[in-house]
Amino acid sequence: MRAGGRFLNLALLLALAGLIAFPLAGSTFYTQLFTKIMIMAIFAMSLDLLVGYTGLISFGHAAFYGLAGYALALMVPKYEAASLWWTLPATMTVCAAFALVTGALVLRTRGIFFIMVTLAFAQMLFFVFHDTKIGGGSDGIYIYNKPHLRLGETALLDLEKLEHFYYLVLALMVLVFLLLRRLLGSTFGRALVGIKENEHRMRALGFPAFRYKLAAYVLSGALGGLSGYLAAVQFGFVNPEIISWHQSGAVLMMVILGGMGTLYGPVIGAFAFVLMQELFSNQAWFGAYAKHWQLAMGLAIILVAVYLPRGLAGLLQKTGHKADAGEPAADADGTQEGAHG
Amino acid sequence: MAERDSAAAVAAAPGGGAILSTVGLTRRFGGLLAVNDVSIDLRVGEVHAVIGPNGAGKTTLTNLLSGDLAPSAGEIRYGGGNLAGLPSHRISRMGIGRSYQKTNIFLPFTVFENCRLAAQSRAPHAWRVFHRAGSFADINRQAEEAMAAAGLAGRRERVAATLSHGEQRQLEIAMCLATRPRVLLLDEPLAGMGPHESASMVELIKKLTAGHAIMLIEHDMDAVFAVAQRLTVMVNGEVIESGAPEDVRNSPAVQLAYLGGEDSLHG
Repeated sequence: MRAGGRFLNLALLLALAGLIAFPLAGSTFYTQLFTKIMIMAIFAMSLDLLVGYTGLISFGHAAFYGLAGYALALMVPKYEAASLWWTLPATMTVCAAFALVTGALVLRTRGIFFIMVTLAFAQMLFFVFHDTKIGGGSDGIYIYNKPHLRLGETALLDLEKLEHFYYLVLALMVLVFLLLRRLLGSTFGRALVGIKENEHRMRALGFPAFRYKLAAYVLSGALGGLSGYLAAVQFGFVNPEIISWHQSGAVLMMVILGGMGTLYGPVIGAFAFVLMQELFSNQAWFGAYAKHWQLAMGLAIILVAVYLPRGLAGLLQKTGHKADAGEPAADADGTQEGAHG
Repeated sequence: MAERDSAAAVAAAPGGGAILSTVGLTRRFGGLLAVNDVSIDLRVGEVHAVIGPNGAGKTTLTNLLSGDLAPSAGEIRYGGGNLAGLPSHRISRMGIGRSYQKTNIFLPFTVFENCRLAAQSRAPHAWRVFHRAGSFADINRQAEEAMAAAGLAGRRERVAATLSHGEQRQLEIAMCLATRPRVLLLDEPLAGMGPHESASMVELIKKLTAGHAIMLIEHDMDAVFAVAQRLTVMVNGEVIESGAPEDVRNSPAVQLAYLGGEDSLHG
């Protein structure tokens, strides 16, 4: 995590200051949009734990995001608000349990098969909610009341207020970032990176690789569930689309676009992805082409993939190394630096 | 920690006897008998070299002992139990370490981090998620000792990918040592090394002999005769001769198997 060193930390702190000040600009639309982006950033960081650190390319991560939304919608009473204190942990527990069961199966496969089996589980979940009446079928379910957040009798935050919800999401995004950064710097985190680099050797050194991967998978599922919970709270509505493979693909693209294996990369990726989506579908600027925003989006992603193999975070690191000239450029953590092969 | 206990039990076993014995160890690949009815013993303080032409089944034998492959038949007796069929991480945790013929290290990591990761593998702190990986003094010391033993103390912060071939082979061994094994399975540690590097690797193996039971797979006959106390010759998956190196060297069966081949026992 030391890549880029001082410059990078400064850039991240500045970005955080910008995000704290952002709602003061008073734009309802953009406050909502940024809230949505930060929720996606949590989602993308949870996937980065698998893709960027453990070497597990999951193409079914929307399963956790969507399952969390449905779990919340089904566990809250229809006409009164439930407490966040129990609905959030309960939702994340449901997702962790789902990850534990599916992980025990999918982690027995490797490479392309892992990609296909994660996709298959997400699709199964999609059809469970799409084709049965459990979650209102293809129409989905409304969540009429946002959860409340009280300590005793005093309301800490009113999630119906945009700014309050914005700051809750921002705080959780920072918390998830710090939590994962801490975790990845620990012996446990180093073992995950070792498994990503060379699982066979890790096993030969005595690491029970399967257990490590399962732990990462469960944690990733729980954090993916956190993002799905927040998204369901924000939109007040869930339908099967939130589990679709488009959603799994989008979050994977955010991770790759931003730079996997960096944590802040997926956050940047979430911003870049959603903002590009907004930009290219802006009729005022692109007129008739705005309808075909996916074309421009695809081109942008191809350009990043070709010219920035480490994603947008790689660009930041490069600038960081130049700005920090005088400091040794080698990354002692070894997660992003050094030759591969 | 049952594995820890059995490793300790093994360590306490009376000297002289074999710490690890294979009995009728066999591995089939379809119709091919890669390892056929092999019975060998490894003793602490002894280098047991296994030689033979390419395709003799030496690396397959190593893979069976390390758990990379499961045997089709036979036993691997160790610490009062049978290792046959156990997964590699369990075997490693019981005190059997191996190095690979093809260098198998973590290229993007520094030398120290490679060793630290290896040392961490059996530490009770391995699952602590909120302490920095480098903050455990016992793990760090174990890694430093392994680096020093393998002659890499001066390369601590070098990224493994930038090491010379010989140094990467040393790192391969250092990682193995960082797990504090009783049994060392060394698969061609001298492969691709220059004469100077080979000489220091031979010295390293001699140094390690005292505290370890070593199985050495090697093509370099000078090295083999310099370090081995026991020599087994394999051809086509079978043991054709086993015993003290000088006796084996002069065995008619071995002469016959090697004569006409490119390898020569006297080369």
